[in-house]
Amino acid sequence: MAIPMKMRASTDAIKVLITHPSENGLRKVNGQLVPALFIKNIKLAVNGKVVADGQWGGGMAKDPYLNIKVQGMKAGDKVTVNVVDSNGDTGNSEATVG
Amino acid sequence: MNPLRRNMLKGTAGVGALSVAVAAGLLKPGQVLADWNQAGFDAKKVPDSLAAIGASSAANSSNIDLKAPDIAENGASVPLEITVSMPDVDSIAILAEKNVYPLISDYRLTNFGGFLSTRIKMAQTADVRVIVKAGGKVWTTAKEVKVTIGGCGG
Repeated sequence: MAIPMKMRASTDAIKVLITHPSENGLRKVNGQLVPALFIKNIKLAVNGKVVADGQWGGGMAKDPYLNIKVQGMKAGDKVTVNVVDSNGDTGNSEATVG
Repeated sequence: MNPLRRNMLKGTAGVGALSVAVAAGLLKPGQVLADWNQAGFDAKKVPDSLAAIGASSAANSSNIDLKAPDIAENGASVPLEITVSMPDVDSIAILAEKNVYPLISDYRLTNFGGFLSTRIKMAQTADVRVIVKAGGKVWTTAKEVKVTIGGCGG
């Protein structure tokens, strides 16, 4: 299943909000450990050029949020985000700088 | 016997097997190509986490501003705002020093605009540490966040 997410891009920042449990494998429910399941990689690109190549662990909060300011973006630029989680599931989104 | 040729043949066979695995759907391209610092994220002691990201010798910098709550009611979601006032930022990493796995994230950046915000989990009261690599040097700053209710076993 594709990982759902929302992205917004302006001329100075990219904001991404991902719907994901971000389980670190340490949390217990009714005495049972919940298996680890978290996003490992997130890549933000502007017009195909990677501006942020992030590695994440299970310490990211549930429904991970990232806001990064990027220099040199202008109206019409195409911004993409790609994520991969520890199960190998992927998600992506794209937006045009308005 | 020519050792170089043998290595070349072995290398080709390896790539072949990988392609087959990808084609067969055993591996997803993202998994094969993605880079993830296993040693860093599996480390349970801060010095080991820092060593794994090449930040053992980070120097304190007042050009990194870390905004985080003095007291976080809920350790499951602690908001951070990082402002970096230095040129040529190559990477930023975030650690919560008393989490079971202290390293939370590590970003390689291009054309960084000096600001990053996110939300992390914290198991207990601890220093949040930010590592910034810029211009071939490694800098750091930290801020204590008191956690009332720890988040998800940290």
